[in-house]
Amino acid sequence: MARYAMVIDTKKCVGCMDCVVACKTENNVPEGFNRDWINFESVGKFPELHMEIRSERCNHCENPPCVHCCPTGASHVSNLGEIVLVHHDLCTGCKACLASCPYDARFINPEGYADKCTFCSQRVEKGMNPACVSVCPTHCMYFGDLDDRQSEVSKLLTSRKYKTLIPEAGTKPHVYYLI
Amino acid sequence: MNELYSTRNNNLIDPYVHVWGWEIPVYLFLGGFVAGMMMISGYFIFKGRYKEEKCSCHYLPVISIIALSLGMFALFLDIEYKVHVWRFYTTFQVTSPMSWGSWILILVYPALIIMLLINPNYFLKEKIPYVKKINEFFSKHPYLVKNIGIGNMILGGMLGIYTGILLSSLVARPLWNSSILGMLFLISGLSSAAAFVHMIAKDRYERELLAKADNGFLIIELFIFLLFFIGLFTATQVHIDAANLLLNGPYAPVFWVFVIGLGIIIPLIIQSLAVNHKIQHTALAPILVILGGLFLRFVIVEAGQYSTWITTTLAK
Repeated sequence: MARYAMVIDTKKCVGCMDCVVACKTENNVPEGFNRDWINFESVGKFPELHMEIRSERCNHCENPPCVHCCPTGASHVSNLGEIVLVHHDLCTGCKACLASCPYDARFINPEGYADKCTFCSQRVEKGMNPACVSVCPTHCMYFGDLDDRQSEVSKLLTSRKYKTLIPEAGTKPHVYYLI
Repeated sequence: MNELYSTRNNNLIDPYVHVWGWEIPVYLFLGGFVAGMMMISGYFIFKGRYKEEKCSCHYLPVISIIALSLGMFALFLDIEYKVHVWRFYTTFQVTSPMSWGSWILILVYPALIIMLLINPNYFLKEKIPYVKKINEFFSKHPYLVKNIGIGNMILGGMLGIYTGILLSSLVARPLWNSSILGMLFLISGLSSAAAFVHMIAKDRYERELLAKADNGFLIIELFIFLLFFIGLFTATQVHIDAANLLLNGPYAPVFWVFVIGLGIIIPLIIQSLAVNHKIQHTALAPILVILGGLFLRFVIVEAGQYSTWITTTLAK
């Protein structure tokens, strides 16, 4: 089984939000909700200021607390390649997964089930990239299999300095940020 | 400066997580309250007090069934996909405390009904022939009755602990990252139930016993709070920030006034005077204890959701 991951180059990201629009279009994300979003983090003191722009989403963790706490098995790790998904017909909307996610990446779809980024599993199944990766105008997003040494994501993670979000939570995220 | 500007604005998530409203604290309180009543009535049955006419174990199971049903109704109101509520009972997820809780609740109902049948009221006995037969069967098997008492105490303990573990297993909320929440909610549930029985018991012995027991539970609860905060203050910065939400942050007034002051200290003083026969037993202390237990659930659920691993300021 593959281990899909996303690598995002924070040096290239300009925060244009094309990834957000592509996600909403591809996945029919309801109005007022986002499966991915842009965070602008400013650190430092004038004149030594630094800004990092990150396209964020579900981290498809290797140790996913949302899957562990789900009482019905609706939240699960897909056989497609360690992608964390939600079976809509099993979900009760108890919101335990929303409370358990350190990245606050989930929300309740107006239909009642827990919703979040799927890495566009419907596209990945066909060998395509997630919609956000496909449309990125600065080509700052990469998607691929961590177990494949020749994949772009594997090469980037061996050649560039990177970080994950809130590693101290112990969730082992599969979204990496090149810094 | 360390500022985070986010374009995300999801309902119930931003600017801070508020996925659970009043329904969950009410459910957790009633769950703990029922757990306490199960343990108290189970104890009385185990000690053979069910043979006494005025024993509270005759009516506590009925009150427990009603309270638990109200709690489960509150839980049902909170669930977003209501037509899928039956999905809880199509599986058992070993890593999910909520799944454990669903099945524990299913066991609690029959346990309460069996406890009720040990000494049913006149109406049930006369109108339903089977009830009379079951009651006669229990009368001939006192050893079985004792075991039912033990079973209810164990199941009550599991229910009480589960209400705390449900929160402590959610890794993303630093305030809840303490397994001692299970003990805190169990003792608080026992304390509320003891206060309630103390208030309504017809038997003088039970009133005295439960007032003394409640004093013990309140003192233990204070020690558990101490351990809870020691645990948070010796952990990471996000845990220290979470503890400060209760101690000197936005939730401090409710915590200190309604949970610690009016919910534990004042009733402890009143009940200590009452059990030493300095003043008469009144309903004031038990009511304060019960309301303190309810406020405890509210403040822990609300402050817990507010606590986060993201330490930077969210600027919207």
